[in-house]
Amino acid sequence: MDSNCAVTGNSGPRIRSDCRLSLCLKNEGGITFDLKSKVETLYGESIRNLCSEMLGCFGIANAHLEIDDSGALPFVIMARLEAAVKKLTGIRIDFLPDFPEEYKYSTLRDRFRFSRLYLPGNNPSLMINAGLHSADGIILDLEDSVAPVRKDEARLLVRNALRQLDFRGAERMVRINQGERGMDDLDALIPQNVNLVLIPKCENPENVREVAERIRDILAESGLTNPVYLMPIIESALGVELAFDIARADESVVAMAVGLEDLTADMGVRRTREGNETLYARNRIVNAAKAAGIQPIDSVFPDVADMEGLRNNVAVSKALGFEGMGCIHPRQIAVIRQGFAPETDEIEKSKKIVIAYEDALSKGLGVVALGSKMIDPPVVTRALRTIDLAVKLGILEPGWRDESPAEA
Amino acid sequence: MSIPTVINAAGRAVMTELNGKPAIPFRGVGKYRPSGNRYGPPIPSCTDFPPDGNKVVTTLEEALLRCGIRDGMTISTHHHLRDGDLISNRIFEIASVMGVRDLVWFPSASFPCNEPVIKYLEDGTINRIEGSMNGPLGRFVSEGRMKGTAVLRSHGGRVQAIQDGEVKIDIAVLVAPSSDSFGNARGTGGNSACGVLGYAKADAMYADKVIVVTDNLVDIPCLPMEIEGNYVDYVVVVDKIGIPEKIVSGTTQITKSPDRLLIAELTAAFLEKSGILKDNVRMQAGAGGTSLAIGVFIHEILRKKGWKSKFGFGGSTRYMVEMLEQGQMEYILDAQVFDLESVESVTRNPKHVSYPVFNAYNYHSKGNLTCMMDIMILGATEVDLNFNGNVVTHSDGYLLHGIGGWQNCLHARNVIIPLPLFRDRIPVIVDEVTTLCGPGELIDVVITERGIAINPLRKDLIESVRNSGLPLTTIEKLKEEAERICGKPSKPVFDEKIVAAIKWVDGTIIDTVRKIKK
Repeated sequence: MDSNCAVTGNSGPRIRSDCRLSLCLKNEGGITFDLKSKVETLYGESIRNLCSEMLGCFGIANAHLEIDDSGALPFVIMARLEAAVKKLTGIRIDFLPDFPEEYKYSTLRDRFRFSRLYLPGNNPSLMINAGLHSADGIILDLEDSVAPVRKDEARLLVRNALRQLDFRGAERMVRINQGERGMDDLDALIPQNVNLVLIPKCENPENVREVAERIRDILAESGLTNPVYLMPIIESALGVELAFDIARADESVVAMAVGLEDLTADMGVRRTREGNETLYARNRIVNAAKAAGIQPIDSVFPDVADMEGLRNNVAVSKALGFEGMGCIHPRQIAVIRQGFAPETDEIEKSKKIVIAYEDALSKGLGVVALGSKMIDPPVVTRALRTIDLAVKLGILEPGWRDESPAEA
Repeated sequence: MSIPTVINAAGRAVMTELNGKPAIPFRGVGKYRPSGNRYGPPIPSCTDFPPDGNKVVTTLEEALLRCGIRDGMTISTHHHLRDGDLISNRIFEIASVMGVRDLVWFPSASFPCNEPVIKYLEDGTINRIEGSMNGPLGRFVSEGRMKGTAVLRSHGGRVQAIQDGEVKIDIAVLVAPSSDSFGNARGTGGNSACGVLGYAKADAMYADKVIVVTDNLVDIPCLPMEIEGNYVDYVVVVDKIGIPEKIVSGTTQITKSPDRLLIAELTAAFLEKSGILKDNVRMQAGAGGTSLAIGVFIHEILRKKGWKSKFGFGGSTRYMVEMLEQGQMEYILDAQVFDLESVESVTRNPKHVSYPVFNAYNYHSKGNLTCMMDIMILGATEVDLNFNGNVVTHSDGYLLHGIGGWQNCLHARNVIIPLPLFRDRIPVIVDEVTTLCGPGELIDVVITERGIAINPLRKDLIESVRNSGLPLTTIEKLKEEAERICGKPSKPVFDEKIVAAIKWVDGTIIDTVRKIKK
């Protein structure tokens, strides 16, 4: 390839909502286009205008631009062109799409994180409707799902997606790369109202602190005050051993996840359906997270066609104490949510205990009793949590006490 | 050359003369009143046919010659063999060799496999197509390359045109998976089974000459007689009428797209919460991936509630057959069959019966099945702010699809159109449809992944879901959202020349398609 030319993006029979763009700098001749687009009639003119405007901003007066477009939205075309320009010129100017105010929201430290949907960072077609599927969090991934040579263009695509896509209240998450590249990811993405950063292959508290400090610096520089939480992912035997230190490495850590593919590889064992090989690791991570007062989050279930398998996996996960897991397909979200939600009999039992507890409190009794049975304080605590969860999930009306018979 | 046009009741400029004959502009839904008598083909006599009932001739050429094929004739075919049809193209290949010119091809639908017909449109064998224009044929027409003006009709409009004498079929060439030597024919048996032959009924009854082409000659009587031999002039036996795997899908599949599944889920939830879905419901949905998913979700709801559907109107698929067999549907009435499971079902299950479009869709008849349907799930390429629908052109102005049964189905009690708000970058909800195929007053609900818009005319439906928790919105808001995401689209630029007329179900012209300006 000519050193004056750069290619970004994707095209091909299976590619949708993306474009492959080839930019060649010239010494004369102005800006010329070779646009092949399935939306030529509707948007051909607007694509050419957008690209001309961008090249003008980057100070490029002579270039030939070839675009093979399969219906890319403007923010995608912008990311592809900016990536090509930066590849060729190293220019540091950013060309940012609009960022509607309603997409800038904060989330709470202890919000539910039952389901978090992974989206490959260089694949626009999967991102566009991701907000519609009611995931608790949406992760734009720059790490394992992006080929090393595509990291730079993916970062720009993710940046633009964070500014242009409506995630409808889902927690806005990014999984950054490891090491120095991860720091570059933070520089580009933290100003885009990221709610939570996933730190992959986290092996020691230092990994966490480094990221946390960089985020604080970026926020301060940009004059931003929104909280940015951290979720380290433990994916190695060493990480498992240091899980508790990692969990409390920084106050911004709100959850800790386990990544079983890499963990089993690191341990030199095969990942099985039953998962006995990682039972210790999962137990340890749950325990470390609970000890540190953060949420333990399970790995993804890799077989998207096997909903029954997923259901069983969620049940085991919940039983071990996990409070959420990753999704790699939107259809997994509802199954996971259902799985982590309290079951009907659990809610009914908790209602009785809570009412008995409140009754005892009002009467100034030190002992909670249900019929002739004494209820231990931890059981009361668990019942209160269950009711709290059910109300927050909308399974139980906030005014449920009014509907319950008094003698319950 | 530009044809004079008038503005019809839908506000569209349409011609008053079509292919040399007077044409009636659309007057409004239910406004045009037909008069006169149904068309009648010439009266035949038994004395002209072999007393032993054997009408077999050796080749299709011979049959066409005996039918007196000549310049300007109208040749009809049906589309039950879908993309696996080997006979339609062959007719025009023969005619071309014979030097016959200016034929009108009158198919009930065309498929990508009919692309070779372009050759015969170019060499003058065919003057025009009156029927659906798929893919390459649509492009050919949109570029203004067809000699005559295309006429697009719904399945019901097609039988209405035949019955009313608007289209006089000179020769009907009807492929049949099984036939006896007398011409009694059916859609099952042999190597090219397509299930039913519902689209061929009007052609057989009204054509001047009828040729049955089969690759499976059976003894008299061929039962059930979907085509009755009394209407048939000649029977041609060939090696192969079709390519089996392209006639029916091995198996139809619900969509795997999470976004389409979301639309399907929303649609089922809407039907349930609005009360449209009820015990003994009558329903129809297409065979597209989203429609199939809606069917599966409806099946779940019926099962959960202990309800059943009284009948479903096909195109049948294995999902409908499952409802029938598991007790959530009492009957399947079928105009076409989409997969092997359905072929098998219609062959052996007495509650799964062929019901020709002639009976189901014809607007000029004594009542119409579609009016009785409670749930009608349809698609569209575009819907506009007035709920008008387009199914034949895309937003770039190119003709790409036929109308199918779409217009006929608009007469159902509740017409629901589930669709994505945009396809890639192409908005589906637009200011004004590129081509008007169905008036908005007949389209009740549009369901997208980003919300449900109910036609303001349906106050009852709006009321029924007021506190349902469903994501209700307006068509205007949906359009704005589509444009916010995709950008405001430019319009295609058209030439003066009209390349196609879109007929309404009563034979009037509802809109035209113009040549694309290059």
